Amino acid sequence: MDHQQQIDTEHTHIDTVGTYVKILVALLIATGLTTWVATLPLGNFSTIVALSIATGKMLLVSLFFMHVRHSSKLTKLIVVGGLLWLAILLVLTMTDFLSRGILGVAGK
Amino acid sequence: MADHGHTETFALRVQFDTEAQQKDASTLGMWIFLITEIMFFGGMFAVYTVYRNWYPEVFKVASTSLNQIIGAINTGVLLLSSFTMVMAVRAGQLGQQKMIIWFLILTLLFGGVFLGVKAYEWYEKFEEHHIPGQAEFHLEGLPQQEQGHAQLFFSIYFAMTGLHALHMVIGVGILLTLIFQAKAGKFAANYYTPVDVAGLYWHFVDVIWIWLFPLLYLIDRHTPGK
Repeated sequence: MDHQQQIDTEHTHIDTVGTYVKILVALLIATGLTTWVATLPLGNFSTIVALSIATGKMLLVSLFFMHVRHSSKLTKLIVVGGLLWLAILLVLTMTDFLSRGILGVAGK
Repeated sequence: MADHGHTETFALRVQFDTEAQQKDASTLGMWIFLITEIMFFGGMFAVYTVYRNWYPEVFKVASTSLNQIIGAINTGVLLLSSFTMVMAVRAGQLGQQKMIIWFLILTLLFGGVFLGVKAYEWYEKFEEHHIPGQAEFHLEGLPQQEQGHAQLFFSIYFAMTGLHALHMVIGVGILLTLIFQAKAGKFAANYYTPVDVAGLYWHFVDVIWIWLFPLLYLIDRHTPGK
């Protein structure tokens, strides 16, 4: 039993409560920030700021709350791979929609 | 029965060599499921991206009809629930059975508040005649020929927030199950995998909302001349 628990503590990384509180505070501040920034006259840049803040929040939640920081290499690979496929879905769809009007296709 | 030279427990099923190996397998399996969820929601995000790109002005006006203060507060509530969820997982790591139960109950509470606020927001939409398909649908600030495109925004709004809320409802069911299991004393420092993977699910649903909030509520709220 002693031996088993030794293995377990080696395997599991336990974060402090302070770490989680800090992440929570950062997430709440980011939420306030993104709500406020949206009211500023930034034009198209507004979307970029909103998406950047959302990306940052997603990183905080996944790395700390979802323990990706301490996950196995295989889990990390799966996570990044999933996001890559999502990027393929969004980017390839948009290459179609954004480029439709560019060329006059004969017979269209 | 295959015998790996150990008696079977929750923490160590016969097919695994070590508890660590079993834990890794469970975590990986949950992540694979979450990847399928990313692709599931990804289709909706693609629809959103295409239509927002086609009708940027309509999306701006429609977005400002949502209450961003309520949205921001609700985002905070959901983030709080993620915090209490990760604290429940931490209690699991430390084998503190009572704390697992309390943090799961808190998570359930915040999740319930989120769903309640969401229900109120939807109710408001009915009152304001902002429901796509309603005969009396009318979004203020847009000419008649743009009303159809405004309905498109609200279709996407209800589909995405609805799918998200459905995941929350399922999450509530999972939390209730876990609370009963924790009360029965099922979890210990070497076995809290159900709490752990349920945590991954809950945080994933949180991440979806982290994207939905700015995409739906915060499309350039500074709209001069309107």
